[in-house]
Amino acid sequence: MVRIEFKNVTKYYTLLNTGGIKNFLFNLFSEIKRIKNSRFLALDNISFSIFDKDVVGIIGKNGAGKSTLLSLIAGVIKPSSGKIKVYGRIAPLLELGAGFHPDLTGYENIILNGILLGMTKKEIMKKIDSIIEFSELGDFIFQPIRIYSSGMLSRLGFSIAVHVNPDILLIDEVLSVGDMKFQEKCINKILEFKKIGKTIVFVSHDIGTVKKLCNRVLVIHNHKLIYDGKVEKGVEIYENL
Amino acid sequence: MRNIEYYKDLIIELTKKDIKVRYKNSYLGYLWSLANPLCLALIFYFIFKIITKVQMENYTLFLISGLFVWQWISNSVLASANIFLSNASLIKKVKFPRNFLVLSLVLSEGFNFLVSIPVIFLFMLYYKYSISLKVILLLPLLLFLTGILIYSLSLIIGTLNVFFRDLERIVSLLLTFIFYLTPIIYSEGYIPEKYKFILYINPFASVAMLWHDLFLKAILNFKALCFLIFYDILFYIIATVIYKKLQDKFAELV
Repeated sequence: MVRIEFKNVTKYYTLLNTGGIKNFLFNLFSEIKRIKNSRFLALDNISFSIFDKDVVGIIGKNGAGKSTLLSLIAGVIKPSSGKIKVYGRIAPLLELGAGFHPDLTGYENIILNGILLGMTKKEIMKKIDSIIEFSELGDFIFQPIRIYSSGMLSRLGFSIAVHVNPDILLIDEVLSVGDMKFQEKCINKILEFKKIGKTIVFVSHDIGTVKKLCNRVLVIHNHKLIYDGKVEKGVEIYENL
Repeated sequence: MRNIEYYKDLIIELTKKDIKVRYKNSYLGYLWSLANPLCLALIFYFIFKIITKVQMENYTLFLISGLFVWQWISNSVLASANIFLSNASLIKKVKFPRNFLVLSLVLSEGFNFLVSIPVIFLFMLYYKYSISLKVILLLPLLLFLTGILIYSLSLIIGTLNVFFRDLERIVSLLLTFIFYLTPIIYSEGYIPEKYKFILYINPFASVAMLWHDLFLKAILNFKALCFLIFYDILFYIIATVIYKKLQDKFAELV
């Protein structure tokens, strides 16, 4: 079953760099024209489909357009042209502490974050013990998260995201935090997801993890999709860029 | 069905968060939300009642009922300018209805106003006013209509500020200006006939008159009610159109 479908997707970003209000008002028409034209290409005519059970690694150099691709899948930005179809519930694994409030306790943040990720309160309350257990935070869960270390934050974030019970899990470079033991636990969780047929899209520079997890890679170079297929071949292409 | 439950949970949790966070690290908590309008009331009382000796009945109660509502308006509108920018990390990653951030802001400030109403009642009792059932029954209607206006304006300002960040400064300047053009520290009767039109082009004037008349006269000001409903509909439509058109760009620009 198709989970994610991109058809000739192109994305331009608008550069909103006004020269201040004075400049803007005095040269209204040329300024509007300038803003309309000042855009840069982030992704150029990309097409692919991702299916159930796919664990897809997206690799490419910095600034190639990997994160843009992930944002498009998550639906937070819209393509400039082309079609994107996503079937199923998405859970993005957030950057350290995104959507968390530092003054709230870990427990309160689980509820808030779970809701923002699309769960109802009832669903969260059913899973909250399991989320806390997975995060290994123990009694710290009742402390405000501003006292958490970065490792603890990412553990909490990861625990919430995997408990959303998503059809599609999006991971952007966040596995590298947390200690070895927890990283291993995350990877095992992802493998478990893979086994039950979930779709995972994984952006990383960590080729080792990509090799371990993924069954397919997309190589993005200069805003274009240059390879879509086997992991070994893709990694080879990426390393020779 | 799931959707309705989900949106209900989302708005409740976001609002709860805003309320909790506000006074999490302060000892006096709720009292701070009273401090600001009460302090302003004291200043204006001193200026108008003691120094310039303006003749106005029950000026204290008049001031307080207006200033508490104004605090709801100004706090929401000021904070809304930055609401999308300060939630950038969330907006960039998660797809959720972003206008709920504004809604929860307005609701949490509204909650603040709601819990300050007992203080107004205390003043009413002190000045030997009776609190009639009619006043209490009219509260939900006025809260709702005032809330819609604040929400719509806040959504417009929050959305436009993503694209045009000078707006934040303009808004804070304008608010000071509008405060004095709204019958909050003076009653509308003092406005010269020539300038009465200000009452009708300023949507906050209707809000102030409605609340004043409710607390001081225990009546529903029908004319002000009609104006407020008109402005509610107008600004709600403008806000929805602007937000719908521009929200797709939020994640790129915050």
